[in-house]
Amino acid sequence: MNMLRNSRASLRDGLSAVGDLTARSVFGAEASRAWSDLAAGTVLAGRANELCRRSVVVATTNQLTALATLVELDGAARRIVLYPPDLSLEYLPYVVQSAAADAIVSDRPTTGLETPGIASLTPSSWTMMPANPAPKVEHETEWVLLTSGTTGRPKLVVHTLASLAGAIEGGRPPADRMVWSTFYDIRRYGGLQIFLRAALTGTSLVLSSAQETTADFLARAGAHGVTHISGTPSHWRRASMSSSAHLIAPEYVRLSGEIADQAILNHLRSLYPQARIAHAFATTEAGVVFDVNDGLMGFPADVIEHTPHVVMKIENRSLRVRSNRTARCYLGDYNHAIRDAEGFVDTGDVLQLREGRYYFVGRGDGMINVGGMKVYPEEVEAVINGHPKVQMSLVRTKKNPITGALVVADVVLKIASGPASNDMGELHQDILRLCREALPSHKVPAAINFVPALAVADTGKLIRRHA
Amino acid sequence: MAQFRQVAREQGRRLAPLTDGLELLNSGLDSLCFAIIVTRLEGSLGLDPFSASEDARFPVTLGDFVSFYEHAAK
Repeated sequence: MNMLRNSRASLRDGLSAVGDLTARSVFGAEASRAWSDLAAGTVLAGRANELCRRSVVVATTNQLTALATLVELDGAARRIVLYPPDLSLEYLPYVVQSAAADAIVSDRPTTGLETPGIASLTPSSWTMMPANPAPKVEHETEWVLLTSGTTGRPKLVVHTLASLAGAIEGGRPPADRMVWSTFYDIRRYGGLQIFLRAALTGTSLVLSSAQETTADFLARAGAHGVTHISGTPSHWRRASMSSSAHLIAPEYVRLSGEIADQAILNHLRSLYPQARIAHAFATTEAGVVFDVNDGLMGFPADVIEHTPHVVMKIENRSLRVRSNRTARCYLGDYNHAIRDAEGFVDTGDVLQLREGRYYFVGRGDGMINVGGMKVYPEEVEAVINGHPKVQMSLVRTKKNPITGALVVADVVLKIASGPASNDMGELHQDILRLCREALPSHKVPAAINFVPALAVADTGKLIRRHA
Repeated sequence: MAQFRQVAREQGRRLAPLTDGLELLNSGLDSLCFAIIVTRLEGSLGLDPFSASEDARFPVTLGDFVSFYEHAAK
């Protein structure tokens, strides 16, 4: 039984429950720490008690520092917000306001937020905890994850350690040789799962680094003897293009965060013939839903009815999920309910049944998944429509063998602008320039098609064909 | 090769000298760049060797990448 189902148990309680951790470590690209030190040390110079009952944004660049801060603050802070390293700091004021944050832990400049009400701490060099560790509060710490929203502003998704760890059986002595790793950053849902899995089972963990090449990461993971490793299908396609892919010999390979197609599953099977290869369905809002272990894309239809601890149903072709792993609510402007009246979370993933197997065929909301990163068409259309010669645009997904999908745009020009065909190339570049200035690169259309018209419904809305 | 240079320019990336032995991951381009190149080549050549079969291999070097397309074109 997972001890975290007792909501009073903190991450440190979970760590200490797995026994002797001196030989198990977290290996970062720059430094490493034994789990036993993480359970009893501080990167906040012992000042975690100042953050008791506060709402704390953790916005460090370094993953190991972030991990140590999370271990230190769970059970002490009222709320921890995980600010991903690749999210622009321009959203920090919005996140601080939405999460009612009154403290920031960051090694980045957070100019403009040094207001009297907000405590600001910079993680410092490693020290062991003083004799009196921070007192624990009597309620669960909320863990807030950030995920993409339709407007470009992140959505704030509220979990607890218990909901995040709902799929993990903790408290068992780990297998001796087991070493986890993940291509994900631990501040993303997929990476957080692996961090918590390693922490709560007392397993060594190799962290990735944004500053490191795929080849160097694979070499480091191999040197630490990684046995279990997770990533998106796009992470794995990238690894497959590296001559260093053979430097790891995992027993278990896990794919999540995107639809796994048969090509990548087959490729990993031939690359790592000794490994169990699983693809998981999980989302930040719905939590971990199920794993598929038969090496085939999609999933057997009986998974819907026979997955322990998870209730699933399909409504309007969209998969809905109820379990103790789902998020609790959103914070901030995005004030939709995560769960419906019966407690189901709509994943927005549209399914199709073919010969006893379900396949993911698209998204109810048109969301495009580019290598594990979400893009909402409306956000890109708003930028394109800002061009003076554009009347309207439709942003849609195009299947891609490297990143799963890419963004493409169909654009209708204003009649008055009626450009001669030799101006079209220039206009094309002009629209792309506008997109590049306003959007991160994965949201910029890979192709722009000029079309005479777009289908508009009687309601005046664009007709979208998502699935 | 023109596609590699064009995409590198658009994405503001420094491209390594293009030789057959160059590892694609050391070329200066990221996954998104390769995704765009594959899509544009599909547009101009009408073929996508990655999606042609469920047992597609993944090219490691630029030479692999080129022969991948040459093989698919036959």
